[in-house]
Amino acid sequence: MSGPAIEIEGLTKDYTTGFWLAKKKRSLDNLTMQVEPGEVFGFLGPNGAGKTTTIKLLMGLIFPSAGTARILGRPVSDVGMHNEIGYLPEQPYFYDYLTARELLDYFARFHGYGAAERRERVERMLKKVGLETAGKIQLRKYSKGMLQRVGVAQAVLHDPQVVILDEPMSGLDPLGRREVRDIILELKKAGRTVLFSTHILSDAEMLCDRVGVIAGGKLRGVGSPEEIVGVQSHGMEILFELSGAGAGGIVEKAVRIGGRYRIAVEEGELYGAMEQLRAAGAKVLSVTRVRQTLEDYFLGLMGAEQARASAVEVGEK
Amino acid sequence: MKRAGIVAWNTFREAVRDRVLYNLVFFALLMIAAALLVGQISIGIEEIVIVTLGLSAISLIGILMAVFIGVGLVSKEMEKRTLYALLAKPVRRWEFLLGKFAGLFLTLAVNTAAMAAGLAGAMWLVQGSLKAEDAAVLVAVYFILLKLAIVVSLALLFSCFTTPLLSTLFTAGLYVAGVFAPEIRAIGKVTGNAALDAVAMVFSYLLPNFDNFNVIAAAAHRRAIPGMLVAQNTLYAAVYCAIALAGATMIFSRRNLK
Repeated sequence: MSGPAIEIEGLTKDYTTGFWLAKKKRSLDNLTMQVEPGEVFGFLGPNGAGKTTTIKLLMGLIFPSAGTARILGRPVSDVGMHNEIGYLPEQPYFYDYLTARELLDYFARFHGYGAAERRERVERMLKKVGLETAGKIQLRKYSKGMLQRVGVAQAVLHDPQVVILDEPMSGLDPLGRREVRDIILELKKAGRTVLFSTHILSDAEMLCDRVGVIAGGKLRGVGSPEEIVGVQSHGMEILFELSGAGAGGIVEKAVRIGGRYRIAVEEGELYGAMEQLRAAGAKVLSVTRVRQTLEDYFLGLMGAEQARASAVEVGEK
Repeated sequence: MKRAGIVAWNTFREAVRDRVLYNLVFFALLMIAAALLVGQISIGIEEIVIVTLGLSAISLIGILMAVFIGVGLVSKEMEKRTLYALLAKPVRRWEFLLGKFAGLFLTLAVNTAAMAAGLAGAMWLVQGSLKAEDAAVLVAVYFILLKLAIVVSLALLFSCFTTPLLSTLFTAGLYVAGVFAPEIRAIGKVTGNAALDAVAMVFSYLLPNFDNFNVIAAAAHRRAIPGMLVAQNTLYAAVYCAIALAGATMIFSRRNLK
């Protein structure tokens, strides 16, 4: 396949609220983006930004008010294509009267596998998500984290070309998050395309080739995590130790953390600060360039969004 | 079609695991008690009483199950969000609906068969043996099953677009109205009002005519049930279910799963 793995063009979703005086609420506004084959793409945004709406549109669970979406070159309305797609819903819940083994076997049947292959795939998946010993327990006895693992297992059970995960790290402990991260990296190594939504930015920074940031139903930016946060420096951070009583000036401005001090200075002031520290008898441990993190970008974006919302509110009054 | 079968089998498994078939214990106790008591309170008509009581219980239990489980077939999956992962598999929405219908119908068929076996046991106790003319009771059981299929299809239809409470009211309401379909048809004629007669006529034909399926009295008296009625009722139930399922598919295929 030469084209994009996922191709979204002008996708818009309006919901009608109210019965008599129906109002339209736009939860996704003219979204256009592409995910390339073999890419891990992070879909970032706060709660209510439109991430889940986009994913549900891609899975054909809801229908667009405008725009189109294609996966592997086929329209999302083509259910036959689901043989090539794996999907983990947000906060997944499954038939709680089944065991994990029975649930995976049930889902595997839809892909047309024979009994022996189903058994082999189910056991492999249970092992992959660390549930091989819990496979005989009914899902009603599972914790949220365990259900999330079952959800990941059913999403990749049929070795799909494209995997779409809605908040895959949600509800997982650090070990579970690491396991899911490993699964995503494994999928990437196998040449699969992964689109996952998250608001855990460190996961996106660690895993994604590219990220798309969505807020208020609109796409705010797409690029590699580095491109998104930019390369501009936000000053320098100096970490040092001080054996003596310590002189005034720059040392007084530093923040003490245990037996060490940390101070942030502008890039142009670095040499002056270093000179002062040398004079004060400080031992410099490290000098680091402070760069904007994805989190800073995100918070900045949200701040601007809120300011815009307030301005509209004031304007309306 | 194969995928609808997979959904159907899982729906049946859900009913079994949710202990839906426990109602059979109640029916068994009812039949044993009836068989023991009927001889003492109804001299000479024990066979009629036991069949009437048994078939009425089979019908009532079946209707209650069809309505109360049927209205949750789709809404429960949407409410619990179990549907999301399922529809992400290569399953079309109509296959899901057909599977849910077939799964509940299979559950009701197994349940009805078990109750019919219980009734046959009670008849054997009362009569001392089973006779050829008792086959009328089997036909009555078959008609109950056809009636249940229609009720399930209606419950499924309502379940696709409204809440379980309203679905229950609509399905139960249509069932009661369907039982009285001939009376509704006669209303216009009784009043002599031409407009009301026309409305009542149209309305009564739209309703599922459950009166045609009620042969309990004939079966209790071991009167043979005409083959033409069996064919008519079978065709009627098949067409009615097909229309209700087509309606359900049309609604559900356009529904946003929020």
